[in-house]
Amino acid sequence: MISFILIVLVSIVFSGVIIRTKSLASGRKGPGILQPMKDIVRLWRKGAVYSKTTSFVFQIAPSIYFASLIMAALLVPFGGEKGILSFQGDFVMFAYVLALGKFMMIISSLDTGSSFEGMGASREALYSMLTEPAFFILMGSFALFTGQSSFADIFNNLHLRSENAYMIGILAAFVLMFIAMIENSRMPIDDPKTHLELTMIHEVMILDNSGFDLGLILYSAQLKFAIYGALIANFFITSMPFTIAIPIFLGIQVLFAFIIGLFESFMARFRMNHNPQFVFILTSVAMLIFLGVLLVLGKLI
Amino acid sequence: MTNKFISVKNNEPVPVKTIPELTYKEFTDICTSLVKDKIHCHIVNYFGYRENNNIKLICCIADDQEQSINVLSTNVETDASYPSLTIDVPAFDKFEREVYENFGVKFEGHPWLKPVRYPFNRANKQQTIENYPFLKGSSEELHEVGVGPIHAGVIEPGHFRFICHGEQILHLEIQLGYQHRGVEQLMLQKQSLNERITIAESIAGDSAVEHATAFAQLWESLCNIETDKSTAFGRSLAQEIERIAIHTGDMSAICTDIAYQLGSAVFGRLRTPMVNFFQEWCGNRLCKGLIRVGGFNYPFTEALGKRFLEILTIYERDFEEMATQLFKLPSALGRLERTGVVENDQIYQIGAVGMAARMSNLKRDIRMSHPYANYKNMNHQPVVKRHGDVYSRTQIRKEEIRQSIGYIRNWINNIPEFKKVDASNYTAQADTFVISLTEGWRGEVCHCAITDNKGMLKVYKIKDPSFHNWKALELAVRNNEISDFPICNKSFNLSYCGHDL
Repeated sequence: MISFILIVLVSIVFSGVIIRTKSLASGRKGPGILQPMKDIVRLWRKGAVYSKTTSFVFQIAPSIYFASLIMAALLVPFGGEKGILSFQGDFVMFAYVLALGKFMMIISSLDTGSSFEGMGASREALYSMLTEPAFFILMGSFALFTGQSSFADIFNNLHLRSENAYMIGILAAFVLMFIAMIENSRMPIDDPKTHLELTMIHEVMILDNSGFDLGLILYSAQLKFAIYGALIANFFITSMPFTIAIPIFLGIQVLFAFIIGLFESFMARFRMNHNPQFVFILTSVAMLIFLGVLLVLGKLI
Repeated sequence: MTNKFISVKNNEPVPVKTIPELTYKEFTDICTSLVKDKIHCHIVNYFGYRENNNIKLICCIADDQEQSINVLSTNVETDASYPSLTIDVPAFDKFEREVYENFGVKFEGHPWLKPVRYPFNRANKQQTIENYPFLKGSSEELHEVGVGPIHAGVIEPGHFRFICHGEQILHLEIQLGYQHRGVEQLMLQKQSLNERITIAESIAGDSAVEHATAFAQLWESLCNIETDKSTAFGRSLAQEIERIAIHTGDMSAICTDIAYQLGSAVFGRLRTPMVNFFQEWCGNRLCKGLIRVGGFNYPFTEALGKRFLEILTIYERDFEEMATQLFKLPSALGRLERTGVVENDQIYQIGAVGMAARMSNLKRDIRMSHPYANYKNMNHQPVVKRHGDVYSRTQIRKEEIRQSIGYIRNWINNIPEFKKVDASNYTAQADTFVISLTEGWRGEVCHCAITDNKGMLKVYKIKDPSFHNWKALELAVRNNEISDFPICNKSFNLSYCGHDL
């Protein structure tokens, strides 16, 4: 329960922190931390406009996408505290609930029949397909490491065995951070700020969405960041008391947003055909974690 | 050979009847021999106008070595067919399309006589912007992407049709004409000089100085108005400041397109003091209202000069720092290098001008080859790059900014006393042809005029560098990823309204 509440709280300010970081880095004052959320609330009060060429798929997709993220958020534990839903193999459920939401967004953008959105959909499908092995090798390694197969049990048992867990945790944080950036179509894979349809990935897919639906999609992006941030935080908080764990959790989330802001300020986006290479780095780092686990467990030699 | 064409200098008025009138066969032979396989020659203008129920075609070919422009002419009939020049010299392509569109003269062997800009007085009113004949890809493997005419950014309208194989662009076709305002006709209709120069300033808003200078020089030659060095100083100065301003803005836009926020913010900020200085000088940030026939409107005082030197010092410090950052940032270089390459041979074949030619090792600069104003007294050496990619085009901007700063520092040391000639007392010579070339930040601007027997304008022909250079963009994006199109486009930064007139 506590993790769900914290995730929702963090999601309200996450984009705000990124935007504030970027503004300060380029010498501007920038909008308030809550401005992105205010925009979303404004969108929620509006009706949506639907193109005549679209079918019911286009209309239900944003809601299913949003629901899939809520579902995923329910599965995330808070250190030793279980999430609202918790069972053996819940991380597989987590990955595929997110994939379901993404699938709905992809077919809804194909539903518009626009050539731009088709391009965006194909790019998005490619990159999320490439991130999938990284996530499963990562979670599989931790399942092997702890001998458990649910989020809560994995995180609860993570630090019992050895101090090496922190090292592996840092590597895992790196992988998860980039998975989150790819899943959310941020730099250096995609440029969320661009107005150029031809270079967009995620933004071009939602060109036809408006009003309430657009609000849902934008809020889902914030929620997704907060969920991945929570997963990262879980590698470092175990069965600590809440008075220590909650500040650590919030600190890690803010740091996460801050790092994303810095990335987006001080580097250029990759060329589109270099992106798959970059995504594969995550899989190789995950393989490194897997090897590390095998070494620690003494299964390799 | 000498009686087959006439050699004129930039801004040199000649009687129309001295331009030799050849048969079409002779005309094409001479045109081809003048420009084909000669790296120092290119077509500056080729246009037609109605005379005695026929169409008179005039071709102007610049020779950079001789510092002269070779002019020749021929007569053709409307709705008749003639062999095309494009087969031998591809650079004639756009010009022949224009003649075909305006007068219905057909050119046999031309690859595809497509409409150019849909002028109001075109020959075939059935051709409309809605039924433009695009090249179609017939394969199931290929898909077409249409962009525009309304774009996501606040830019001008133009339609881009891509034929793609997955993410790879195989072919791009650019359809323009949405910005057509009938500038050339307006130039003839409007009688007052103030109206005409205001129109000239509005041909392309980002090149107000060059177009106004071209018109002013042309009119001064037609009327034999003697201007002194103060006029040359003011116009050249305005041109170099404009060059700095637009190049800086372009570098900011290139950074935006590769999603490099720092570069975008810093270069964007640096453009402002330049355009704001125009505001201080002449009351308009785009330098409209400054250049007039017979001189320029607002004196450039010592105080203004001192103020601008201060601005330059601050500008230069920040610019150098940011440019160094940009050109050593791996992720930025990864996007710029080897993107949108146009080979030197292609650039030469399509007759590109200005920056688009120089980025691919083709030394083409009116300031060097046909100097005017202050450039007459200096040995201008254009900045030339070799690779023809986005990186070269960005580098050229950086180095031209440095060069312009150097020139301006030099000129401001010695501000000539302000003098303006009242042009209203002069009348244009009758039956005269004159051509005026200026080198803007984008490339060569060409204005041609012919007067009738009373000294009134009979023909006014404008050519913006974009007219040649749009073709370079089409070639640049071939085999590139479609997601790299925006930076290719921005690195050329061509004008829609300059093309559409």
